[in-house]
Amino acid sequence: MSVSVQREDFDVGRELAVLRAGDPRVGAVAAFVGTVRDVNAVGAGPERVVSLELEHYPGMTEAALEEIEHQAHARWGLIGTRIIHRFGALAPADQIVFVGVTAAHRGDAFAACEFIMDYLKTRAPFWKRETTPAGPRWVEGRESDETAAARWDQQGES
Amino acid sequence: MRLRILYFAALRERLGRAEEDVEVPAEVASIGALRVWLGQRGPEFASAFAPDRLVRAALNQRMVGPDAALSGGAEVAFFPPVTGG
Repeated sequence: MSVSVQREDFDVGRELAVLRAGDPRVGAVAAFVGTVRDVNAVGAGPERVVSLELEHYPGMTEAALEEIEHQAHARWGLIGTRIIHRFGALAPADQIVFVGVTAAHRGDAFAACEFIMDYLKTRAPFWKRETTPAGPRWVEGRESDETAAARWDQQGES
Repeated sequence: MRLRILYFAALRERLGRAEEDVEVPAEVASIGALRVWLGQRGPEFASAFAPDRLVRAALNQRMVGPDAALSGGAEVAFFPPVTGG
């Protein structure tokens, strides 16, 4: 299990190689990369995103991502996980987040990868501030993110 | 009791401060009570913490609900719904 919260960009190929570590128990490797789009639809119509600033809560971000990782390992049969989330100034097409999961089988790997992203979107303390031609504005959470996270909820859990 | 309060993102901008140390009376014993207490400090706080505003909270760096109990020396953070990923 490994979590990094950093300004610097990451190399997906390198991260997957480190995650797999030549472990012959691994039969499935699932990965997700989140990237910055240049258009975000808000209210009346789409606005062009010139740049993105990611704010975070130092200390809590790492703890929140580690907690999500722990939950994923508790719920599925996993071998390894790696989460990287950037903060700071980003541009369209830049990488924001990486989630990598290894398991014996693809069912666990796919499910855990999606779970980690859905929980991260609603529980990790980051906030996006877009700069558009009209000026800066804070991105608002999507109801679809809450719905996506809720479908993983179990009895007596939050 | 003394609390350290952090504010993030749009909430920080609205209140004009990123962090502060406060002394709250003993009856302000929960996150929900603290939110009400903060709302009484002035117009920008009243607006920021109005009941219809979505404000999330963390206590000692863990996300909590309004019933979470406060203790002296705790770090509390208030922020809008998160938008990472």
